[in-house]
Amino acid sequence: MSETLDCLGQRCPLPVIALARRLAELPVGTVLRVLADDPAAANDIPAWCRLRGQEYLGPAGPDSYEVRRVS
Amino acid sequence: MAYFDAAAGAPLHPAARQALLAAQDDGWADPGKLYTQGRRARQLLDAARAAVADELGVRADEVLFCASGTDAVQAAVQGCRAGTVVHSAIEHSSVLHAVAARPAHAVPVDRLGRVDLGAFADAVAAPGVAAAALISASHEVGTVQPLAAAAQLCAAAGVPLLVDAAQSAGRVPVPDGWSVLSASAHKWGGPAGVGVLVVRKGTRWTPPWPGAEPGRPDQPGTRNLPAIVAAAAGLRAAAAEAKSQAERLFPLVDRIRHEAGRMPDVEVLGDPVDRLPHLVTFSCLYLDGEALLHGLDRAGFAVSSGSSCTAATLRPSHVLEAMGVLSHGNIRISLHRETTGADVDRFLAVLPGLVASLRAEAGVAGL
Repeated sequence: MSETLDCLGQRCPLPVIALARRLAELPVGTVLRVLADDPAAANDIPAWCRLRGQEYLGPAGPDSYEVRRVS
Repeated sequence: MAYFDAAAGAPLHPAARQALLAAQDDGWADPGKLYTQGRRARQLLDAARAAVADELGVRADEVLFCASGTDAVQAAVQGCRAGTVVHSAIEHSSVLHAVAARPAHAVPVDRLGRVDLGAFADAVAAPGVAAAALISASHEVGTVQPLAAAAQLCAAAGVPLLVDAAQSAGRVPVPDGWSVLSASAHKWGGPAGVGVLVVRKGTRWTPPWPGAEPGRPDQPGTRNLPAIVAAAAGLRAAAAEAKSQAERLFPLVDRIRHEAGRMPDVEVLGDPVDRLPHLVTFSCLYLDGEALLHGLDRAGFAVSSGSSCTAATLRPSHVLEAMGVLSHGNIRISLHRETTGADVDRFLAVLPGLVASLRAEAGVAGL
């Protein structure tokens, strides 16, 4: 199961906040693709995953990042 | 108001202020001229150079004065022969700008912000390397870099090591073995507008400035002599009290690290032990660095931030990116000789409530 979250045009930390909100609503195992063009997203999305114990799968194309809910 | 941004510029040391005022009266003439006033200015310049050399443990004729720390860094790089410049990924932006026009190799750092020595060794041993640049300690997170080991690797590879010592000079000793060192008087309690460049004898380095003449080593143009005199006096005074200040500030930073680390969703950055005595950085999850900075300003604290929203470029700090740590909600605190324990107490009393209220306003509390 996968889903896309469109955060294009949002400045950090808004994409990370949206990611935290949405991932919590999804079942464990779901892959969430976050679309974000703020330059800080490339850094802050993996950092959030590390702090929150979620799995960062890597970039999925330009301005696109994949996260799997693992807990 | 508590000023917590010494890493950007320390308040003028009283010894520097006194020297500045005296030199305004006594050292305004061109030190290159042969009349009485010029000779007096020349004496002041020579004395300032000798004092800086003495504090840095080098010869006076190895010390050059530049118009700023940034100018000194850029000259350090530009004076090296053509070829690749190896540098850590966490150098000050002035180094990154200086290498932008030539081949460069950025060496990664670990999560604490310490350069990967294995990768550094491979990089300096590669063919075509003209120089390596390594900051003495991170200006953003305080982590001390393995300079002595880097210097050995550079010596073995026959590559000059350029050290940006802006955050260390006048505060903590800089290990020996480098070829070129740059520093900024503003960071040690001297006035702004004085950069120091030290080029050890035998280093293959050519002054990069148009019109540089043999025997007149400084960056061309009439230097601000009263500021140079004040910079030297400030360095002497700062170095004399460096050990006692470090012993006083190190535990204050420990307290900030400890208290910030106890707050929910706050990541304290950099090495907790092998670090500068006066500097600490942390990031608060879900917060906007600019909002945090303004909130602290209203509460009476001047701090800095590496978050993208506080940068003119709207890019996060390249240092935080290289470390792979959270870049939003970022605050850097850097203390100095005028900082008191009471200032830190007041800060720690204000910070948790401010972070909580900003999170509540943003609707991210408990997220």
